[in-house]
Amino acid sequence: MATTSDLRGRRAPARSSSRPSSLRRHQIRTAYTFLLVPLLFFLVVRFIPTLTALRLSLFDWNILKEQQPFVGVENYRALLGDEKFGQALKNTALYTLIGVPAQLALGLGIALLLGRIRALQGLYRALYFAPYVTPIVAAAWVWQWVFSPQFGPVNTFLMWLHLPPQAFLTSPGQALPTTAALVVWQNLGFQVVLFLAGLAAIPRVYYEAAEIDGASPTQAFWKITWPLLNPTLVFSVVTGTIAYLQLFTQVVNLNFTDQGGPLGSTMTVALYIYQLAFGRYQMGYASAITVVLFVIILLITLLQLRFLTRRYDV
Amino acid sequence: MTAAAPPRRRTDTRTVLAYLVLTLGVVLTLFPFAWMLLTSLKSFQELFNLSFLPADPTLDNYRQVLTETKFVQWFGNSLLVAGVTTVSVLFFDSLVGYTLAKFDFPGKNLVFILILSTLMIPTEMLVIPWFVGVSDLQLTRSVPGAYLAIMFPGLMSAFGVFLMRQFFESVPGDLLEAARIDGMHEFGIFWRIALPLVRPALASLAIFTFLGNWNAFLWPLIVIQQPQFRTLPVGTALFNGEAGTQWGLIMAASSLAVIPVLLVFAFFQRQIIEGIVLTGMKG
Repeated sequence: MATTSDLRGRRAPARSSSRPSSLRRHQIRTAYTFLLVPLLFFLVVRFIPTLTALRLSLFDWNILKEQQPFVGVENYRALLGDEKFGQALKNTALYTLIGVPAQLALGLGIALLLGRIRALQGLYRALYFAPYVTPIVAAAWVWQWVFSPQFGPVNTFLMWLHLPPQAFLTSPGQALPTTAALVVWQNLGFQVVLFLAGLAAIPRVYYEAAEIDGASPTQAFWKITWPLLNPTLVFSVVTGTIAYLQLFTQVVNLNFTDQGGPLGSTMTVALYIYQLAFGRYQMGYASAITVVLFVIILLITLLQLRFLTRRYDV
Repeated sequence: MTAAAPPRRRTDTRTVLAYLVLTLGVVLTLFPFAWMLLTSLKSFQELFNLSFLPADPTLDNYRQVLTETKFVQWFGNSLLVAGVTTVSVLFFDSLVGYTLAKFDFPGKNLVFILILSTLMIPTEMLVIPWFVGVSDLQLTRSVPGAYLAIMFPGLMSAFGVFLMRQFFESVPGDLLEAARIDGMHEFGIFWRIALPLVRPALASLAIFTFLGNWNAFLWPLIVIQQPQFRTLPVGTALFNGEAGTQWGLIMAASSLAVIPVLLVFAFFQRQIIEGIVLTGMKG
């Protein structure tokens, strides 16, 4: 914030002694003018609602009722004994633990292979991107059909291989991994593009130098690609985790009812919040869950940023 | 990883292998997608047939979707919502990114951190207060109000601010200073000098914003109360109840919904990837 740094990179700093400060004042005024509307937006649409949710969580808030009594931490205490919430939390953790590593490995693998080919690279790229542009609702319908126990092509294929047909989405044990597979399948296109971009940002010279030094492709991968790809990897893991912790649309659309799969086996925290807030209008209790979800996301994100981020000076 | 063949001279074999694995991957990836397209061409009698290809392809599902359902209206609603939010995000996120990258003012870092921190606020936490607010204002019945209610959460994005700021960092300050000395207005410098330099970043931000809002589900599902305001995802999701489970219609509607986004990606994919590269996951 020192005045000297304000003049950084400027050609003609001071023709008269009064000019820098008036220029600086002009800069500050311009900056705040440009930021006025956006700051108002983030305040009104993001920050104030966050505080409102915090406040609602302390009330027995039901939009259909006349009275919204203050209950203090009662909603949070009730959460501790809520088995459905426990199951939703466990499922959400499972989704994240399956989905994030799977889409990272597949996305990076495909991006590496795409980097190896010349001809038709653009076509392959577009084809891998197709699931990502498929509307989630449509993809969920197709998935239901593809994994349908009676007439689904996957079971047809299994029978063709003389393997027993599976219940997939209709079985409490298989519904969650099948749902996770849909999310991974859909996110793959974005992951591929992300890693292609990350790989393209690594200077070719490093690989040429490594080859001259006689490094194998495996060595080159672990010594050059992996460390220099760190920002992309962190980005993928952090944003991926945040997204999986809020999983909703696929889960809702994979079930004809929005009850969260057979015996609640695919239920997520987000879906439970939706049921409570907009099915039963228990907005105070639902808000308490959103606060817990917020704290979980905050902690995990901070931990990931702390432990995953590395700086390499090359 | 997949390509670990040690001898360096055998690049050709490795390339062939790469094509093989990639092709297999594409087949698996596109299978559900192809299934959707092919099912949309099957007649009602043929729907529960196990064959992959329709024996007697028909466009009847498409005809029905376009003439007997509200599809065209939903499509229009989605186009409006996604279009307006994309334009708004491109404009405001660029402006904020530019200001954060190229101006020095007190509170600059605080503003950046505050905007970025909103990425960690779960949407679920916001929708309840939004819903309460929108209900209090009784927005959802009238024409401009209902659309405003659907699209307001998407008008700006923290991710876009981050992306654009990264990119504007690389625009040389001398260029802007030269325009300043020539007496150009500050907004003119942003609009006419800086913005054209970041076209690839704008392309990638545009496609991801459009896609995000085109597919938005949770908030539209909650806020839309009258059928004429339904967007494509909400309309298609409720297809089931309204038309009976008509798989053929659902597949046709879904296939049509994919077209605009896929076209945009096919046309701009080079710019999109370049945009992500240049905006740099520099951390």
